[in-house]
Amino acid sequence: MKILVVDDEADVRTLFEQRFRREIRSGLFSFSFAYSGEEALDYLHAHASEVVLILSDINMPGMSGLELLRQIKQEYAAPPPPPSPQVMMITAYGDAESREQALQLGAFDFLTKPVDFAALKDKLLTLASHEN
Amino acid sequence: MKLNADVLLSVLIALFIVRGLRKFLDLPTRLPHLNRLLGWLWIPGLLLFIGSRAIGWESDQLDEVYMLFVLVVLALPLFLLRDYRPARTLLIGLVPYVLFSAVELLLADTQLVQDYDEAFDTSKGFSFIWMFTSLFIARSQKRHLEKERLEREEEEKARQLMATQKAELERLVAERTAILTQQAEELREALTELKTTQTQLIQAEKMASLGELTAGIAHEIQNPLNFVTNFSDVSAELITELEEEQRNPNRDPELEAELLGDLKQNLLKINHHGQRAASIVRGMLEHSRASTGERQSTNLNTLADEYLRLAYHGLRAKDKTFNATLTTHFDPNLGSIEVVSQDVGRVLLNLFTNAFYAVQKRKELGQPGYVPTVTVTTKPLPDGDVEVRVRDNGTGIPRAVVDKIFQPFFTTKPTGEGTGLGLSLSYDIITKGHGGTLLVETQEGQGTEFIITLPA
Repeated sequence: MKILVVDDEADVRTLFEQRFRREIRSGLFSFSFAYSGEEALDYLHAHASEVVLILSDINMPGMSGLELLRQIKQEYAAPPPPPSPQVMMITAYGDAESREQALQLGAFDFLTKPVDFAALKDKLLTLASHEN
Repeated sequence: MKLNADVLLSVLIALFIVRGLRKFLDLPTRLPHLNRLLGWLWIPGLLLFIGSRAIGWESDQLDEVYMLFVLVVLALPLFLLRDYRPARTLLIGLVPYVLFSAVELLLADTQLVQDYDEAFDTSKGFSFIWMFTSLFIARSQKRHLEKERLEREEEEKARQLMATQKAELERLVAERTAILTQQAEELREALTELKTTQTQLIQAEKMASLGELTAGIAHEIQNPLNFVTNFSDVSAELITELEEEQRNPNRDPELEAELLGDLKQNLLKINHHGQRAASIVRGMLEHSRASTGERQSTNLNTLADEYLRLAYHGLRAKDKTFNATLTTHFDPNLGSIEVVSQDVGRVLLNLFTNAFYAVQKRKELGQPGYVPTVTVTTKPLPDGDVEVRVRDNGTGIPRAVVDKIFQPFFTTKPTGEGTGLGLSLSYDIITKGHGGTLLVETQEGQGTEFIITLPA
């Protein structure tokens, strides 16, 4: 399952690679990283239909996570394929307003920082099993 | 009989002269005793007349004797008043006539008089004229003196008037001085009060900008803490994995090395993010504390980056719809310079906050294709100075107010949103505090650029 992680913090890459080292090694998950919303869109355009899940920070300079979500939902709105990747939002602001807005825009899930990786892993595994 | 009666006429003449003299010399005031005595001058004349009648002595010189007596007596007050010029003139006029009359009286009926009758008559005439001339001179002298006296009196009066006026003026001056002193005192008090208020305002402005920062700070601390937690968690996992590997009979040294390498890297990252959080807390404390004014070696790239993030996240926390592209051109060759980093940080924060405000305002206009962008550029100048440019593509500053933006309490923000002290304080910090310059270039509707130059 290919997952695109969007965050302006570079160390997120190291963190994810270590947290999911077993899953990566076993080939269950494969991660790609983008450091801004713009970069994420570019990546999606270049790797259409590969990415199944997007984990995006909300609060980033330039295009925000919510804006990214809106654009993805717009681009992949009309079925048939390519199917829309699921977008999961991760933010330091766990306020109801952001959550509501994200879900309204079609976010698959909404997580707050600090990220509970155990819970995240469970969710991803569930998702992966559905995928299969 | 007829001859002796002449003396009575002389008495009248004498009284007339006394009266004139009294008035002329003001004898009642000057010589009151003598004046009273002169009142009795008729008595010798009357006695002479009665006496001569009684003894039957007849002489045509009786009146002359009496007149001589009168003149000699009258010479006395003149002599006593010789310091008074008209009196002296009268005396000088009188003396020759008296002497001549005396001589004539003594030499009467002698051959000499008869021989030189004509000469005597002429001489007497001259001395008489002399006397009268003196009288006229004395009169004019008296008039002159009187005039002088009047003038003196006028002067005295004027002098007194002036003295009164002077006293009045001095009283007024004293009064005014007292009022002015009081006013000066009041002004001094007001100034002290103003200075206190100013200090309080500066502190209030500081706290206000800190308030703007709070959310940004929370976010900025949250991120490094997130990493600290996760990297330590994952490190624990790595150690477990490493232990498992060590227990494994078929140990994979390559995997072990990789795990150890990751562990080391994680510890460095934990340290790095811990430092990051500490630096933010330190910055916040420094920002709220009163400035020590102490200069320390500061890297403006680090300082600008830190405050840019704080300002950005602060605004983001308040307005979730806000977003802007942050572009930084930090020249890596920028060395550290000695500044009061807390103060310069406040300036940068203020400029960033303003820039974000401006791009947000322009975004609200809904222009298609508008990308709010704030750019920070640092550059070492050839002469060793350091330049920091904060540029935004926001609403720009109208020409009409661009000259006022550094004035205290000037703000274009709605009431309650800005203190109007931010740029004014920033200007003071850069120019007065550091001897640098703070310039602004702006184009309405296009954007604004603030240029800080700090001497090395």
